[in-house]
Amino acid sequence: MSAEASEATRHPNYVRVYLTLLVLFAISVLGPLLGHPWVTLVTAFGVAAVKATMVAAYFMHLNIERRYIWYLLLTMLAFMGLLFAGVAPDVLSQGGQNWRHVRPAQSAAPHH
Amino acid sequence: MSASHASEFPVPLASRRSATGIPTGRLALWWVLASEIVIFGGLLASYIMFRLHHPHWADEASHTNIWAGGFNTFVLLTSSLFAVLGHQAAEQGDGAKAARFLRLTVVGGLVFLGVKAVEWRGEISHGFTIYRDLFWTFYYTATGLHGLHVLVGMIVLWLVAGDAARGRNLHRVELIGIYWHFVDAVWIFLFPLFYIAR
Repeated sequence: MSAEASEATRHPNYVRVYLTLLVLFAISVLGPLLGHPWVTLVTAFGVAAVKATMVAAYFMHLNIERRYIWYLLLTMLAFMGLLFAGVAPDVLSQGGQNWRHVRPAQSAAPHH
Repeated sequence: MSASHASEFPVPLASRRSATGIPTGRLALWWVLASEIVIFGGLLASYIMFRLHHPHWADEASHTNIWAGGFNTFVLLTSSLFAVLGHQAAEQGDGAKAARFLRLTVVGGLVFLGVKAVEWRGEISHGFTIYRDLFWTFYYTATGLHGLHVLVGMIVLWLVAGDAARGRNLHRVELIGIYWHFVDAVWIFLFPLFYIAR
């Protein structure tokens, strides 16, 4: 592979990537204005995930980075998922024998 | 660097060996970013949990300035472009051009922080302080921590740009660029979470 070809492989057209990111950004702002929850979910968060992946792949060069780095980052994301899975049941659920709803007025009183 | 100077300050073994095949500096940076994923990820995962449990936070989120947040997204994306163009210039051995792009990236960071400061000032003056509600606690913590990362990135970008302009340590242009893109990627998630979802 020639040096020029190698350089082209390593460095994609960054301006094109940037313009694509701007189009996705516009979609993520305009989509939620429609006021439909599913459209908001897809255009705001789905598009955000696509944008972040593009930044990681092309600007941070993860697309040509060694697998070791992928494993490292995916492990950290798995830890994040583990935190969510471990704590969310306590935060989101108000069921169970030990759940007690403390009213704000009562919670102001000192606990012993 | 002259031979005598090189022997006076030998290159440490840690910066010459590479068990993974990845240059040591870049490997270290990825480990830093891995720890950052846990920091920001933990914070945002906690926010999402509470947000799902408190649908009324949508009312609080409606007080954030979507246009300021959107403009800052544009600014960070543009600064990321400058950072990666700086990296490209550095790989071509053009330190002066790389330095120019890095300084433009710093300008992007300055604009971002300026807009953020105006935004915070407006919110605080309207009573939306960090103590008002747990939503605002998350908002100021997440955007403040992110702003701190922007500030640190700007300082390092400036230092690396100074070196690059003299043709020194051009490999560091890539490293600070990767950090800056990470800061950009974090904002890509903060923007919909705190500004759009209302």
